[in-house]
Order: sequence, then structure tokens, then C-alpha cells
Amino acid sequence: MTEAVLDRAAAETQAAAQEKVFVTLTVADQLCGVPVLGVRDILGEQAITRIPLAPHEIAGSLNLRGRIVTAVDLRRRLCLPPPAQGAPRMSVVVEQGGELYAFLVDQVSEVMSLPASAFERNPPTLPQSWAAYSDGIYRLQGRLLVVLDVGRLLALSQDG
Amino acid sequence: MDDLLADFLTETSESLAELDVALVKLERAPDDSETLSLIFRLVHTIKGTCGFLGLPRLERVAHAAENVLGRVRDKVLPVTPDLVSTVLAALDRIKDIVAGLAATETEPAGDDATLIAALDAVAEGRAAGAAAAGIVAQPPEAAPEPAAEAAVAGQTIRVGVDVLEDLMTLVSELVLTRNQLLQLARSQENASFAVPLQRLSHITSDLQEGVMKTRMQPIGNAWNKLPRLVRDLARDLDKRIELVMLGAETELDRQVLELIKDPLTHMVRNSGDHGLEAPAERHAAGKPETGHISLNAFHEGGHIIIEIADDGRGLPVDRIRAKVVAKGLATEAELAGMSDMQIQRFIFRPGFSTAAAVTAVSGRGVGMDVVKTNIERIGGTIDLKSVPGHGTTFTIKIPLTLAIVSALIVEAGGERFAIPQISVVELVRAGGARQGQGDGAEPMIERIDGTPVLRLRDRLLPLVNLNDLLQLGGGTESAQDGSVHIVVAQVGASTLGIIVDRVFDTEEIVVKPVAPILRHITMFSGNTILGDGSVIMILDPNGIARATGIAGGSEARTAEAREAGRDAAGMATASHTAMLLFRAGGAEPRAVPLGLVARLEDIPQERIEFSAGQPVTQYRGRLMPLVPMAGALDMDKSRQSVLVFTDVDRALGRDRCMGLVVDEIVDVVEDQLRIELTGDRAGLLGTAVIAGNATDVIDIGYWLTQAFRDWFRGNERGGPLQGARLLVVEDSDFFRQLLVPALSAAGYDVTAVGDAAQALRLRDAGVMFDAVVSDIEMPDMGGLAFVADLRAGGGWAQLPVVALTGHAGAARIAAGREAGFTDYVQKFERDALLASLRQCLAARSDARLAA
Repeated sequence: MTEAVLDRAAAETQAAAQEKVFVTLTVADQLCGVPVLGVRDILGEQAITRIPLAPHEIAGSLNLRGRIVTAVDLRRRLCLPPPAQGAPRMSVVVEQGGELYAFLVDQVSEVMSLPASAFERNPPTLPQSWAAYSDGIYRLQGRLLVVLDVGRLLALSQDG
Repeated sequence: MDDLLADFLTETSESLAELDVALVKLERAPDDSETLSLIFRLVHTIKGTCGFLGLPRLERVAHAAENVLGRVRDKVLPVTPDLVSTVLAALDRIKDIVAGLAATETEPAGDDATLIAALDAVAEGRAAGAAAAGIVAQPPEAAPEPAAEAAVAGQTIRVGVDVLEDLMTLVSELVLTRNQLLQLARSQENASFAVPLQRLSHITSDLQEGVMKTRMQPIGNAWNKLPRLVRDLARDLDKRIELVMLGAETELDRQVLELIKDPLTHMVRNSGDHGLEAPAERHAAGKPETGHISLNAFHEGGHIIIEIADDGRGLPVDRIRAKVVAKGLATEAELAGMSDMQIQRFIFRPGFSTAAAVTAVSGRGVGMDVVKTNIERIGGTIDLKSVPGHGTTFTIKIPLTLAIVSALIVEAGGERFAIPQISVVELVRAGGARQGQGDGAEPMIERIDGTPVLRLRDRLLPLVNLNDLLQLGGGTESAQDGSVHIVVAQVGASTLGIIVDRVFDTEEIVVKPVAPILRHITMFSGNTILGDGSVIMILDPNGIARATGIAGGSEARTAEAREAGRDAAGMATASHTAMLLFRAGGAEPRAVPLGLVARLEDIPQERIEFSAGQPVTQYRGRLMPLVPMAGALDMDKSRQSVLVFTDVDRALGRDRCMGLVVDEIVDVVEDQLRIELTGDRAGLLGTAVIAGNATDVIDIGYWLTQAFRDWFRGNERGGPLQGARLLVVEDSDFFRQLLVPALSAAGYDVTAVGDAAQALRLRDAGVMFDAVVSDIEMPDMGGLAFVADLRAGGGWAQLPVVALTGHAGAARIAAGREAGFTDYVQKFERDALLASLRQCLAARSDARLAA
């Protein structure tokens, strides 16, 4: 929470009204955030059942307290290299259209409140593989946070 | 919507459904005052309520209808078809208005003057016919379906269907969680929660059952429109149709019920329109003018079977054939290789309709394929059987519920999958392709340009490797010994073998739909969570067949074999028969009644000699001809398995034997003998389902004559019984075929009939016999009743009658003698039968001499 506190101090008072809360996560060393309101669960390492013939980005499905959750590998989705063998993965579970989806990420960190003043649009030079799913960037102290759009991440092409 | 109005709508819809049925009933039984007063009461209630709610249009129509019914009740008017039609037309109008009410909460605008005038006319007993015709011309199908009509009838509280759906979902989850808990508990020794968990488990099961019950509805709910439909149909088509409904109380899940309603209606309409002939045509064909459509529903192993049968003209194979060619669905050459049944199945193809003319009722060619698709969508299957001139039977098999299904768990490429049990026909273990020629015990996978196929009981089964199909990347045919497991799945009329690495247990699973982003993968019908908590994909055999291009009517023989089993069930004898199973000239099992085989021998190759080119062996001091069933002796085998048949009759001085050489003797099983006669293959009587497998039953008569051309010639001279006339009464074609040659061979003059009624007709026609041999278990009139009838009087009262039976307990023998049988002989005990007959006839001739 230190970053958030420092940030807030820097952004002065009027920012409080425009603060947004994100769950932050890391994928291939990049800090990302998804709006906390859309997140249903954070899971540790899970047994995932492969789904044959599914699109490459789909890691499989997992059982979350009796509900079947489709897992999307965020690294594959963002065209990033696969993680190191045996590295633990975590999942961020989101709901869309009554269905649950889990994003496989390297690490889930904290929940942050970020002021609007720290927000910027995507720089035009952002690689297409990121720009397609990013709503913008927050400037944090010492690092940048990419805001991911859940809807666009889940809009998988159906020709798998 | 206003609560009062909502209640009125639900209630009225129920009353209307009840009225439809009651009116048709009344038309058939005009004097049924109970039905009449029920109708009157229902219409009166509708009228009364709409007056109260301020629905003037509805009130006027109901009032006019009530007038008519009042006069009928007061016996001023007779019940005539026209009267009923007019009242039904009024009911239709009420339905329309109610539907409008349900949609807009106000009465739809419209003019009922003509209808009311017609009703009044009928009430006053004038010009009924013309008026009715004018109204009925409006097709009832055009009316929008009243939305509220689906509501459950009964004297119970109403619960919204969505509440039940939610309950069911919750219970499904609960069941899954319970299963997971149980699995966990199993790995924990003396866990303190084991006992409460047991209780929880029981309660969960009970709860599941209870909630399932709330969703269950009698199938009759889907049928209650049919009497009306059939009645209107008969009227429109000028046919006489009687609808018989059996098993209306059979319950099934309401979701399934909703989904089969339309297909059923369509099929009944089809049966009435295409299936049944016009009265004149029926008369000409020697059938009763009234055609029958029967609906029969019953439970069978977690499924519901619904049969829709008519006794009409049957499916015209020739016309279907012509149509298939005309539509380019298959070529003449392809058709030539198909059985009639396969050709008939073309009616399930899209855009197919055989009715020469499109009638208002059906014949637009959007029928049976839609029916089939709808039924397959809910995991069901449909099959048909049609006998020209005798009618068509459609058999629908659907799961009891869509919520929980039984599935087979298999593994391929390290992943587990579930296959719905309803589509699994059998599991086969097969040898790998590289194993070379085996001993024939295991079917072998062979390849045509890399495409695997399996010889399964003399047919080629197309195979799909799940590993390859799903691109799992595992090693194929992974078992060490090169053998694999094949799940034989039924997809429509075709069968398909799915190669998997391992087969686990079956498990009850709750089908959950896959996520929308995966819906495009047609190989899966859903997914579920197993007892161990893991997620598993459910394979859709239909999708697999489509993906591999197997779907279609080219491989229908398994279905046919099942059909044969069902078919023959009607003529099968109830008793069990010991059958010897063996293999000869092929992997498929063959069978012969054990009672006909004298001995089984294992003859060393060196003891087989040849005489005039025919293999013989010295057997018990004589030469015994050997007949190789496979056509030629396999000289490489060191020993030959031989079935020895003997024909010993000391009285006639006859004593000979022959040996039938087979590849391998498999087993002796006791099973019901259900034979489908084919008669087109030399040496085989036909195919029967024995121990669950389609098995060829060999025709011993044929093979005996292979050894001795004169085996069945009556070569015994001057026997005292020469020419004695015998009547054989036996319902099974198979036994008749066995008995007649055997008895003829013994010198009798044999007449055989298929049932007791035919035999009695012979008696009444004055035909005379010396003795009667009769089966005990026969449909319609059993042997006991038959013999009692004989003894009661007529020309045959004194005839010796020998009973044939599968079971010969002392009590039964006593009952048989009581009924009037002279003697009691086990089926297939040929020698015993001949001895008994000789004895009976001798006693009779002695008695005659003495007299």
C-alpha cells in the first residue's frame, strides 16, 4: 500500500473523488491492473483440465467451489513467452455474462486505489499485443501499471 | 398482470385442455352423462368468471356454447359430430381470446357474430351442418398457442417453473459437493465426520429424488391435445382413426416433456395422414376400416421409450428409393446395397417427404428430420420399423432428465473424458494393427491407407482415434500389448468406434454447458465436475461423427440387429434354451441348440482320413463323415473341434452320425432364443441375440444333408407309423423349422401351424390327424387352453396331444396332464418326442383295435 499512499499524497485532494480501485497483478514482470469490482476471486495454483481443440489462449477449465471456470492464460493472450517450468501461477477470477473466467497470471499483488491524475492514455508506441487489451496506463512511483480490459481480453476469436 | 386475471388465465387454459379431451370422449360416447356434465360445468365456469372480470367478448362466446351444451344435457339435442365440431370451434375461439388476454391483458378485438349465430343455430337444432362447416374451415393450427396453457394441471399449489429450475440447479451442486466430500472422507481413516457425512449423503440423495419428482410430469400432459388432433384429422381426411394411448402416467422431466411435445404431435399427425389408409383402401386390404394409432410410453433403464405405431400401409420402400434417387441423396448402386430398413431411414434426411401430394396436414417435407434433430438435441434417439401393409412403428428413446446423466469415463492422451451412456453400445478390446494374425479371440484393427477400421462380428466398424481427433498429442494405441479399448457409440443409425487409452467407471454427472467462448467446439456437449473435484469435458458422439463425416445412413446394421432382437421378442418363446456357442469360418459366434448335439469331440488331425475326397474319422467303431463348416479343413490345426450329431433309432434299425467341424467351441449359454429368420444364407436359420451378441443360429438340417444326402428321406421301410398324420402347433418359426424336418424324417406326414387358432380352424374344417404336437407357451391362446378346447369336444377330442415345453417341472407336467395333454416332452429332445409319439399312436391303435 505504500505506493498508493504516496501517490495519493502527490495527487492532492480532488483526486479522491476520482480514485479507482484495481487488483494488481504481474505477468512477465509487467504490472497490470483490473478493476476490483469485476474480480470475483483470487486463486492460488489450481488443477486445470485441458480443453482439446480450444483456442491457444485457453489454458483449460477449473473447479471453483462447484462452478466450472474457464481459464485464460494471460501470457498467451498477450503473446508473451511461457513462464519458467514449474513457476507457480495464480488466477484472477472475473465474471462476464454470467460465466466465470480465470486469468492465469504470474503473481497477484495488492488492491490499489489509483487517482485519475496518474492516468494516461496508451502511448501510441505501445505494442499492438498490449494496446488491444489496455485501457491506459497509471504512472506509479517507480513503475507503470497497465489497465487491462476484461471484456476485450475475453473476446476470443472463435476460429481457435 | 392483475393476480385475478393471471389466475383466471391459468385456470381457463387448464379447463380448455380438459374440455378438448372431454368433448372428443363425448362424441364417442354420447350417452356419458358424467362427461357431459363435466363439460357443461367447465364451460359454465369460464362464462361465469369472465362475466365477473368484465370480459364481454369471451362471455358471449362461452354463453352461446353453454346454451348448446345445456340443450344437450337436457336431452333436447342429440350429440352429433357437427354439434361437437361447432362447440370445439367455440373453444378454439375462446383459446384465441385467452391468448390475446395473456399477451395484452385486454380482450383482442374481433367479431364473433358468425360463430355465435352458428352456435345459436345448433342450439335451436337447425342448419347445423352448414354452419359448422363454415366455422371449422378455419384451421385450428393458425391460432397462436396460448402461453398459459403449459401450466401444470392438478389440485396442488402453483410454483413458478423458474423456482423449480433454481432448486434443481442447487441440488445438482449439492450432489456434486457431497460426492467430493465422500471422496475426501474415503482417504481419511476413522474421520469423526464419517457418520454425519453418511447422513448428509442419504439426505442429499432423498432431496435430489424429491426435487426431481417435482419436475416430473406424466407424459399424458404432452398427449392431451392428441385426441382432439386425431379427431380433426380423421374428419379432414375422411378416415376412421382410433387413438390408443398407453402409459400416459409415465413420468418424465418437464424440460424433456416440453421438448418432445412438438415432435410427438408431428409424428401422430404423420401417422394419421401418411401411415393410415382411407377406409376403402383398408377394406380392400382386408383390414378393419378403422385405423389405429397407438402411443405407448414406458420406462426402460433410466430412459423413456415412446412408441408411436400405426397399422397402416407401412413405409413404401420403392417410393422412398425413387425419391432418394430423384433428390440425389444416394445413387442406385448405393441403394442396391442397402436393406429396406436402411432405405426407410432416408425419411429422417432433411427435405424428405414421401406423401405424393402436399396435404394441409403434412407432406411439406419439413417433418421427420426436424423431429429427429429435436430428439437428438435432448440426447435421445429415434428409430423406425415398418412392415409393408402392416404399419410403421417409431421408437423414441429419451433420457428421463437432462439434468443428471450417466456417463462412461474414458482416458485418451492423459486426459479424461465423459461419454453419455445413452450413446454407448458396447466396449470392445481390440488387438493393435501391428500384432499380426491373432487367434481370432480378439478383433483386430486393420488399416486402409492409414484409416483404422475394426472387424466386429463380420462387419467393418469405422474407428476414430480420440487422441488424434482432439489433437491430444499422446502416443496412439498406448497399451503395452498393442491392444486398445474401443467405445462403440451409436450415432443415429450409424455406429462408430472411438479408440481410447483407458476405460474407467460410469458416473452420474450433472451436465453443465461449456463457456460461450468454447461453444464452437462441436466435439463437446458440455462439461462437468467429477466426484474427485476435477473438471471433465463431455464428448458429443454426434459431433464426433459429424467431424469425421460418419453421420449418415451407411452403417445401420447394429441398429438393425437390435431391431431384430426387439422384433423377434414378439414371437420368441418365453423359455430359456441351452445354446452351444462356437465359431466357424469367422470371428462371429454361431449357435446351435445344445439338445441337438449328441457329443462334443476333439479329434487329433492324424485320425482324420479321407474317403472319396470327404474327410471322415473312425468314431466308435464306425466311419463318421466330417463336414467342415468353414468349407475346408484347416490342416494346420493339430486337433479339430467336432460337434457330433447322431440319429439313432433302434426301432427302425437306424444308427448313424456325422461330425460338424468348427473352429472353436466357445460356451454353453442359457438364453431366450429370439430368432430373426433370414432364410437367405445356406446353412443358417437366422440371427438371434444370444448372451447379448448377434449370433447366427445354424440350420442343422442343412449340415446333416451335407453328410448324408438322404438324411431326411424316410428310408425306413414298413415302420408301423408310416404316414401317420401329425399336426405341429408351434408359434416359433425356428422350432417349427427344426421339428418339421425331424418328424418328416421319422416318416410322419407333418402339417405345421403357427398358433392355436389356426389349429382350431383346421379342426372345425374337419381336417383329421393322428396326433397333435403342441407348444405350451404361445401368444393369445396357450397350449393348456388349446388342449382344453380340444378335449371339450369336436373331432379331435380323442387325439393324443403331446406337449412341448422348455420347463418340465413335475407340477407343470401335472398341470399339463390335468388340462388334457397325453404326454409332456422337453423341447429339442427329439428322441424323446419320437418315442412319445410312437407310444401314443401305438396305444391309440391298440385302443382302436380293442374297440
